[in-house]
Amino acid sequence: MLLKEGQVRIPAGCAISGIFHKDGKKENGERIIKSISTMHDRSNGLGGGFAAYGIYPDFKNDYAFHIFYDSNRAKDECETYLKENFDIIAMAKIPTRRHPRITDEPMIFRYFVQPLQTVLAFSQLDEKEFVVRKVIHANHNIKGAYIFSSGKNVGVFKASGFPEDVGEYYMLENYEAYSWTCHGRYPTNTPGWWGGAHPFALLDTTVVHNGEISSYDANRRFIEMFGYSCDLLTDTEAITYIVDYLNRRIGLNYSEIANVIAAPFWSTIEKKPEEEKKRLTYLRNAFASLLVTGPFSILVGFEGGMMALNDRLKLRSMVVGEKDETVYIASEECAIRIMQPEFDKIYAPRGGEPVILTLNKGGNAQ
Amino acid sequence: MNMLYPQFEVIRNPSRCINCRACERQCANEVHGYDENLKIMTCDESKCVNCHRCVAICPTRALKIVKTDHTFKENANWTEKAITEIYRQAETGGVLLSSMGNPEQHPIYWDKILINASQVTNPSIDPLREPMETKTFLGKKPGKIERDENGNLIDNLPPHIELNMPVMFSAMSYGSISYNAHAALAKAARELGICYNTGEGGLHKDFYEYGENTIVQVASGRFGVHTDYLNAGAAIEIKMGQGAKPGIGGHLPGIKVGADISKTRMIPEGTDAISPAPHHDIYSIEDLRQLVYSLKEATNYKKPIMVKIAAVHNVSAIASGVARSGADIICIDGYRGGTGAAPTRIRDSVGIPIELALAAVDQRLRDEGIRDKVSIVVGGSIRNSSDLMKAILLGADACYIATAALLALGCHLCRTCQTGKCNWGIATQREDLVKRLNPEVGAKRLVNLVTAWNHELEEMMGGMGINSIEALRGNRLMLRGIGLTQKELDILGIKHAGE
Ligand code: SF4
Ligand code: SF4
Ligand code: SF4
Repeated sequence: MLLKEGQVRIPAGCAISGIFHKDGKKENGERIIKSISTMHDRSNGLGGGFAAYGIYPDFKNDYAFHIFYDSNRAKDECETYLKENFDIIAMAKIPTRRHPRITDEPMIFRYFVQPLQTVLAFSQLDEKEFVVRKVIHANHNIKGAYIFSSGKNVGVFKASGFPEDVGEYYMLENYEAYSWTCHGRYPTNTPGWWGGAHPFALLDTTVVHNGEISSYDANRRFIEMFGYSCDLLTDTEAITYIVDYLNRRIGLNYSEIANVIAAPFWSTIEKKPEEEKKRLTYLRNAFASLLVTGPFSILVGFEGGMMALNDRLKLRSMVVGEKDETVYIASEECAIRIMQPEFDKIYAPRGGEPVILTLNKGGNAQ
Repeated sequence: MNMLYPQFEVIRNPSRCINCRACERQCANEVHGYDENLKIMTCDESKCVNCHRCVAICPTRALKIVKTDHTFKENANWTEKAITEIYRQAETGGVLLSSMGNPEQHPIYWDKILINASQVTNPSIDPLREPMETKTFLGKKPGKIERDENGNLIDNLPPHIELNMPVMFSAMSYGSISYNAHAALAKAARELGICYNTGEGGLHKDFYEYGENTIVQVASGRFGVHTDYLNAGAAIEIKMGQGAKPGIGGHLPGIKVGADISKTRMIPEGTDAISPAPHHDIYSIEDLRQLVYSLKEATNYKKPIMVKIAAVHNVSAIASGVARSGADIICIDGYRGGTGAAPTRIRDSVGIPIELALAAVDQRLRDEGIRDKVSIVVGGSIRNSSDLMKAILLGADACYIATAALLALGCHLCRTCQTGKCNWGIATQREDLVKRLNPEVGAKRLVNLVTAWNHELEEMMGGMGINSIEALRGNRLMLRGIGLTQKELDILGIKHAGE
């Protein structure tokens, strides 16, 4: 029997692309779809997806849950669970258009929620931790339900199919975002479950990832100590949890996170000035089990920013182009040239050296 | 009458022997002799322990030691071993003693575990072209960060040990092994950037200079323990148990306690050095906590404290208690671990394999969310670099080796260390024998061994696309079992080959 994703670990190769407007200007999903479609051959039609930031200005203070349901039973069960813990401000089917190449679709719903204050107070958790635990609990325990997007003013849209088809299917031309990331997947074998597509998300952290990490089980077994549950057995899910843990729980900033997950080699650290050497040694030693090895290039989206990062040997390609206040990042240069033929600056970041983009002060991303 | 027929035959090829009598001089067991009248070499094989010293020294390769084919009537239940042990006990009325690790035919799980390699989806890495990192830190992780007023990270790491590679020489006391053996271990540890362990016999004054590469041990006998000693090393290890003899103490006979050892151990010359079975101030886990903190106080919280336990049935619960006692590093010693002397029955039938103990402990600490509060070091028969690799993939931070280190020094596993007549100058205090082990040569051989293992480790890491030891630790998906039952796989936390 062919095992479903989550029952077996499936390695994958891929393509990624991203757009970030530092001035907070928004654009719809058309250009990012065009970008990922140029790298069609890097995907094999078994998974594509997008993350878009700033798309829910009317609900910007509510957690936006995007959920796949396999059945009405799963939907009932999940909604009961949600109602026990959250105030549901609004809910609706996520609009999609019929698409010849997107089939076997689950039910896809969107909920804007607020934690129930009494339940939250009783849990003695801070609000974000409360939301995280509920999301992980639902994904781990409710069969046939999968919350694949859970941040504020951000949404993940993904499916089994080629990414450009997925974009059309979700009608991304109707969403305006200051930051877009997207992903085309090339899993080596998969029954093509929708949940297995990228981006992976937890709260406002979303990750698209190209590569296969060799440290997977070391990372997974470590991060699961802290209440995360890597149910899908994919690298990207683990990376998402690692970033969430280091940022939200530990308090590291994104450049420090890069120094942990793509830590410089000891021989490189050795050559740094004393202070920097101490800092890097500390980060590498204190969070040793979260070092990620093997090839990867990732785009991490977060509220108000984006980080692009390559593994420390740079075993996966990635190109960054800057034009005015907009930054374009993709696995291949053609994928950014199609969005923007001319750049003020174009470069390939070195392995382990993060490109961290944030909104300019006063940049309006609402 | 003697009911014990010698186990070995000493075969001398008369056409090769030149009567140089070197074998006679070299065998401390006095097997070889020379008949002045007949002008031939003689031998009393009943004393032979099969240590190969004479074989190695014979200039004409005239000697070999073979297992006798003298036999009892075959019996699968009453084996030769079972029968002769009865004869020995009927003769002496004593406890049977043995040394080195458990030689019995129990499963060796290392040999039933296979390692993964990259193909296609994930490139392997060439260790000759790319950096391959084996540097390892042992100790607690802080689990949180602190920043100064400028927002810079403050180094809040508890004390730790830094090793160039995830290997250390395990505890062997000065007394159970010779001065020269200790010197070789200390020198090699320094050159390799790793640590050796004093064992429970104190630290000879000559070896204080190797402090950074030394782990000082505190055992139930508290031999040679004083403030300078505690502060001399990179870490302090409290020995609660030993894999070869869980639950019992140690005994160094008075004849081995010469002037130097008496000084180092701080006991009178010629007295037996007896380590009680328990620490008499530790009858429970809270007592262990007190000792851990007394040692931290004595060293100003500058040294990590290690606690060594034997792998016994409920090892994971014990390890969890130890992790919560304030210990920085837990060392687990499997039942195949070596010893200078142990009661045979205990060595051969008490304790459990290190592979299972390690897997259980690592998982238990993760289940409790405290794996990061403590490092795990395992020993008890790590025989080569793939055992080492598998141990780290199962979840160890580093391994202890002792038997392998002694083999590098020339030990031939004759398993008669308890007699004090080690022909290789290792497990002996007899000056003429100790002299045979040159500390410089010994250190070189140890450095060679560990360096070779490290190369092999790097090769295997590269093969699986991993370039740093951190990414190896606990990465069980890289392992598969072969010929194991589902229960065994569950305990090891790995899948079967083909899955
Ligand atoms: S005890 Fe060792 S040295 Fe002596 S005869 Fe036997 S093998 Fe040779
Ligand atoms: S060492 Fe070899 S050659 Fe010399 S006496 Fe012994 S057996 Fe003969
Ligand atoms: S140390 Fe010496 S006595 Fe002990 S087993 Fe090795 S060779 Fe034999």
